Amino acid sequence: MAMNAPLYETGALTGGGALAVALGVGVAFGFFLERAGLGSARKLSAQFRLTDLTVLKVMFTAIVTASLGVFWLSRLGALDLARVYVPETYLLPQLVGGAIFGGGLVIAGLCPGTACVSAATGRFDGVAVIGGLLVGILAYGAMHPIVERLAMATPRGTFTLPQLLGAPHGATVLLVVLTALAAFRGAEWLEARRVVDR
Amino acid sequence: MSSNDRGAPYMSPYLAGVGIGVVLLVTYVVMGHGLGVSGALTSVVGTAATSLSNAPVLPAWEGYAASSSRGLLGDWFVVEVIGIVLGGLLSAALAGRLRPDTERGERVTVNRRLVFAVGGGAIMGIGARLAKGCTSGQAITGGSLLSVGSWIFIVAAFAAAYLVAPLVRREWR
Repeated sequence: MAMNAPLYETGALTGGGALAVALGVGVAFGFFLERAGLGSARKLSAQFRLTDLTVLKVMFTAIVTASLGVFWLSRLGALDLARVYVPETYLLPQLVGGAIFGGGLVIAGLCPGTACVSAATGRFDGVAVIGGLLVGILAYGAMHPIVERLAMATPRGTFTLPQLLGAPHGATVLLVVLTALAAFRGAEWLEARRVVDR
Repeated sequence: MSSNDRGAPYMSPYLAGVGIGVVLLVTYVVMGHGLGVSGALTSVVGTAATSLSNAPVLPAWEGYAASSSRGLLGDWFVVEVIGIVLGGLLSAALAGRLRPDTERGERVTVNRRLVFAVGGGAIMGIGARLAKGCTSGQAITGGSLLSVGSWIFIVAAFAAAYLVAPLVRREWR
């Protein structure tokens, strides 16, 4: 079977078509985030009070579903994985940036995507988080000359877990699936013994 | 059944997660890349900052300030974020969850909640630019494509969130 995806990369899709796809996948993404209750800062931040682990369940189910799909589609020859862009690894910036991001997340109660959903449902705190994000991004632009060395430190290019572990793609996906299943079991156990979150 | 202060019960988080996973997979198959939100916000900031001040593009905005003849509406990720807003609106409307509100703890004032929202948002904005992505671009997209840096981002973000959480616990009481 000939590899015929990604469609945009193989030239099967025009620029206008790509924008229609952007709108469509955006609508579906926002829809599922709101359906799960992640337009609510109280529910999202309860992940970090360990009283409602919806964030972990949604995030890891999405990761497991997509990583299994990517593995099988490329295995069956339907998707050319070499033409799918994998976010590049910068060890130190992603460690430090991730920590700053996590601290901000628990203060704001929403992440960038869920802030958009929260704002869409009529919540002013969601609008305020988006405003704060714009301010932070502007501030980062101003201080970029100072932090540029940190931002570009320890580049590893496209660096994946199979490369790190020296394991086959399928075995790594299986490891992610098993880790997620263990995390789901732990999450259900924690929620079953929770005290009322008030 | 999920607790919910308004409207219909929430969907099972596992079902919603499968839905988002399929959306991601469709994006890989059609576009050859994943989802993202902070990049789109960077395009908005970069385009506004560059055009308002009529200044040269700052190094931090390179590749983000809109270059297409359609401006920001020609930016794939900006259109995707507009979709996220519309999708959230659609779901909330169908579930009867559409209502003006500032969600906060019972003893927390609206102003206090908004200050935390803006402040936390600004901190997240800085972290997302340094890490080159947020929950969608790094955690979900990079995580499912097994990027090492994205998994470092996930672990660092969760660890920091759990460290800071006890300090802001009373915001939701």
